[in-house]
Amino acid sequence: MDLSIAQNWFFLVIALVMVAASLVVVTSRNVMHAALMLVGALAGSAGLFILLGAEFVAGVLVLVYIGAIIVLFLFGVMITRVQIGQSRTLDHANPWPAAVVAIATFAVLAGSAVAFFGDAEIDRVAAVRTSDIGHTIFDRFVVPFEVVSFVLLAALIGSIVLARKDTDT
Amino acid sequence: MTVAQFLVLSAAMFSIGIYGVLIRRNAVLVLLSVELMLAAVNINFVAFGTYFADPAAGGQVFALFVITVAAAEVGIGLAIILLIFRNRASANVDELDVLKW
Repeated sequence: MDLSIAQNWFFLVIALVMVAASLVVVTSRNVMHAALMLVGALAGSAGLFILLGAEFVAGVLVLVYIGAIIVLFLFGVMITRVQIGQSRTLDHANPWPAAVVAIATFAVLAGSAVAFFGDAEIDRVAAVRTSDIGHTIFDRFVVPFEVVSFVLLAALIGSIVLARKDTDT
Repeated sequence: MTVAQFLVLSAAMFSIGIYGVLIRRNAVLVLLSVELMLAAVNINFVAFGTYFADPAAGGQVFALFVITVAAAEVGIGLAIILLIFRNRASANVDELDVLKW
């Protein structure tokens, strides 16, 4: 990584924040801290999207994830009465099998990415206009778009049906 | 910026997510770790979309699809966790052994 380029410094700072926040998400003994640190990791990825010229996706990420999904998670934490505060029963006692699997996955993924792409540069970051994204969604990807909106509708109805109490019968 | 540095960061976040899914016993925290893995996938999509300089922005469109599916997954997942909690007064995945003989 060439540190004489400003973008790489931004990348380095964001990447360190993201990895640190992700590690807190999976190791914290406090459920609230874990959920709030996910905000840090996702905000970092929104920053990366802006670095890559994908402002619209970054905006959607902030709105949908940080605005809605994290709030849903916090409600989930409160409704299921996970012990808020320190808790010893959140993790398995023996972390080593999970750590071995995670490190092996990282070695395979990162090793193959570096071996295949080496130091291929992203030479030109052209900001994609939001109208281009709209044209692509409603032209080339219109069937996946309809499918994914149907999935969202089904999930919405399904979660209402699952979560409501049966009082009428 | 090389494309490999984005891929390595994404691999790191995906592996951290796998570690979280395997080590957490609380179902809400397992879902949080799954979100980390989906965020890692999104970084890959956008990085490749910019790397291949797709004028139609296909990578970004697929990142939007992944965000939508993640929202659906969290909604249905939390509803299931709520139902499990209501029936068994616990959200601990180690205690969900009704399918075991």
